[in-house]
Amino acid sequence: MDIKIPEVGESVREALLAKWFKKNGDVVTRDEPLCEIETDKITLDLNADAAGVLTISAAEGTTLAVGTVIGAINESGTVAASPVVATAPVGVTEGTLPPTSPSVRRDMREQGIAPHQVTGSGKGGRITNEDLVTPVRETAPQTPVPPVAVIVPSVPVPPPAAPSVRSEEPPAYTSSRDERRPMTPLRKRISERLLAARQQTAMLTTFNDADLSRIKSLRSTYREHFIQRHGAPLGLMPFFVKACIEALKEFPLVNASIDGDDIVYHHYYDIGVAIGSEKGLIVPVLRDVDHLKLFEIDKAIAGFSEKIKTNRLAISDLEGGTFTISNGGVYGSMLSTPILNPPQSAVLGMHAIQDRAVVVDGQIVIRPMMYLALSYDHRIIDGREAVGFLKKVKEYIENPEELLLEG
Amino acid sequence: MSEEVVFDLIVIGAGPGGYVAAIRGAQLGMKVAVVEKRSTPGGVCLNEGCIPSKALLDSSELFSLARDKFSLHGITVDAPGLDLAKMMSRKTDVVKKLTDGITFLLKKNGITRFEGVALLKGANGTGNQQVAVALAGETALISASNVILATGSDAAGLPGIPFDGELVVSAREALSFTAVPEHLIVAGGGVIGLELGSVWRRLGARVTVIEMLPNLLPTMDRQVAEQVSRSLRKQGIQFKLGTKITGLVKNGERGTVQFDGGNGTEELICDKLLVAVGRRPVTGSAGLAALGITLTKSGRVAIDEDYQTSVPGIYAIGDLVDGPMLAHKASEEGVVCVERMSGMKSLVEYDIIPGVVYTWPEAASVGQSEEQLKEGGVACQSGRFNFAALGRARCMDESEGFVKILADQETDRVLGVHIVGPRASDLIAEAVAVMSFNGTARDIGLTCHGHPTLSEAMREAALDLHKEAIHG
Repeated sequence: MDIKIPEVGESVREALLAKWFKKNGDVVTRDEPLCEIETDKITLDLNADAAGVLTISAAEGTTLAVGTVIGAINESGTVAASPVVATAPVGVTEGTLPPTSPSVRRDMREQGIAPHQVTGSGKGGRITNEDLVTPVRETAPQTPVPPVAVIVPSVPVPPPAAPSVRSEEPPAYTSSRDERRPMTPLRKRISERLLAARQQTAMLTTFNDADLSRIKSLRSTYREHFIQRHGAPLGLMPFFVKACIEALKEFPLVNASIDGDDIVYHHYYDIGVAIGSEKGLIVPVLRDVDHLKLFEIDKAIAGFSEKIKTNRLAISDLEGGTFTISNGGVYGSMLSTPILNPPQSAVLGMHAIQDRAVVVDGQIVIRPMMYLALSYDHRIIDGREAVGFLKKVKEYIENPEELLLEG
Repeated sequence: MSEEVVFDLIVIGAGPGGYVAAIRGAQLGMKVAVVEKRSTPGGVCLNEGCIPSKALLDSSELFSLARDKFSLHGITVDAPGLDLAKMMSRKTDVVKKLTDGITFLLKKNGITRFEGVALLKGANGTGNQQVAVALAGETALISASNVILATGSDAAGLPGIPFDGELVVSAREALSFTAVPEHLIVAGGGVIGLELGSVWRRLGARVTVIEMLPNLLPTMDRQVAEQVSRSLRKQGIQFKLGTKITGLVKNGERGTVQFDGGNGTEELICDKLLVAVGRRPVTGSAGLAALGITLTKSGRVAIDEDYQTSVPGIYAIGDLVDGPMLAHKASEEGVVCVERMSGMKSLVEYDIIPGVVYTWPEAASVGQSEEQLKEGGVACQSGRFNFAALGRARCMDESEGFVKILADQETDRVLGVHIVGPRASDLIAEAVAVMSFNGTARDIGLTCHGHPTLSEAMREAALDLHKEAIHG
């Protein structure tokens, strides 16, 4: 049985074979993870479809088109003949790697760039010295790309001026002070998306804060019961999802998007929720959340967390979304401005909960407070609506009973 | 013993590996010392190898041209006479000019030279590697964080027939004979044996080459080696292949060489026996063993990818380490070793190191031979062009030999180029460049070559590979 690079998403045409967990000739069992595939969107494990002896035919670190055979599992169990892992040293044994010159090869070693990571612009795909300075981009797909589902709110976005051009030539040897590494496809995609969000929207952020006393007490009172009954931990996020759904219903423009000269209103609520992982915040999308109960939302989020941990998140889990809730609070951020996830028009930023002195009914009291930030595309959302939306979210969070009574 | 002088880099041996490493180190800002036992830099290559042998090859070539070829060009001269002493002094002059040049380069780069024999003393209190340099009873002590061993190789002898410097000689003496031998027997049909055999054959000696293996130039492409063999036979060199020298009976200035080619013991009388059966790395001196520097199975110094030996801070390059014993390979390693010390990601591309044999016609090759490719199961195509069909070669009256290009069946990448013919040593440079750039046979075929030149043979061979040769 051949092992192929799987279809991982509609706009994904190639994937990086990041790591083989198994060696050539290893005996594998069904569903055992064989290798890790990295696309510009996610990283996922490829599992064995059958038990047998593994033959590897594509080397780690190669970028391959979807459908490419990377190995095979011999189900009859006989040990495969000779190992055929493509090794790629210099010179004549390079096989199918693009042609390069000696100076390009040295530059690539210096910068830690593998030949397959660069698209050669020269004759016959030759990698030129210029290609290393400004890597040739793939031609942009004709259909709009579904949003990348990873947002890192507090990441400083580089200025739009010449983002991929080096400011200066690297000095002859400075490896003890600087180290150059190519971005992974995932990182490259993130950087492109973040920059596009900055450059192609009229992004603005409004702030508010919310008193989480009631949610806290609700959670502590019902948590045990909730876990026993639904097997879900009664997290904070479901309350925010619920609050946002209600607020979105009242402010439909916040759930809308711009397409050319039209405004598209979405009569469904697909909410991206930020989940912290080793690779940064990943934002899987909860579908039709307005039809979900609180515990169902909670379970769905727990399910995503598990999938991220085991590298099983599918591209389809990340696509679409009409609104996003990000959470810089998982890293302890007090206040930040989340960045939009186009074509969505708004994103809510949650932050760390801190006990702060606040004035309630003329008295200074200590309350668990959270700053809320709403970044929105001012092209379709007016300030009044943005502020109103955020105030509505604040109200629902501060008075969750209202949410529960209504939803 | 004077006070210890501290350097960033000490290079032991000022041959083509060592002096190049030293200069590169100085360019990269290191304070460099070079230790050399000879009074002149340049190692075997400059003093008793590549350069003097080429000086004599060129001189003897002119002599043989005057004797054998001038008349064909319509030049009538009296039979040329040979002033061997003058030929040798010209050779010495060439060597001196070049070694002086290196002395100047070392000085220009601020490199400190120590004349004498180096001995590794191990790490001192500061972690630096100490080296003692002994010269005429005096010992200087120097140290550096990095030491490169570049002590090269010397000629291997025949078992039971030690070098005596008179009758049984190595290449060193064969470059300085004071008279043309009557009968020179060369033990070994490798590069050195064939080159020096050619020199003395041209100058009038009877030359017999005795080779243990069934082929000459065992590492070269078979077709190339066969063409060289044919050409040399035509020049009057006699060969006894598959033949083992079993003994030598000395008889005054002459000796009787005993050998066995499968028909029992035979004998030949000679007045010089040049032993050119290979070279051995010089690992016995400099205190390598005392420091516990590990050797490989083949007796070379074991190194890692940074050329570092089993003792941290001590590196080895050139003939001391694995690979062909070639001056340009040593120089490459010298540069790369020092650059890697400085954190650069340099690499010697061993697959594309050219090899040259300075017989006439010359032979040169780069990459893999047809035999190696077949053995490796690589599907390749071959293109060939004979110099006999080339205008320039005809004008030069040099019509022996050919260019052969081997390219990958599928990708057309050039995998090997093998030339035997006039100035093959220079022609191979194009092949090395093309292969360095991962070029294809088509690339060569699409490149305009000047006319009439020898280099056109390269293009025609590339075209022939796709059955498109214009003159083939």
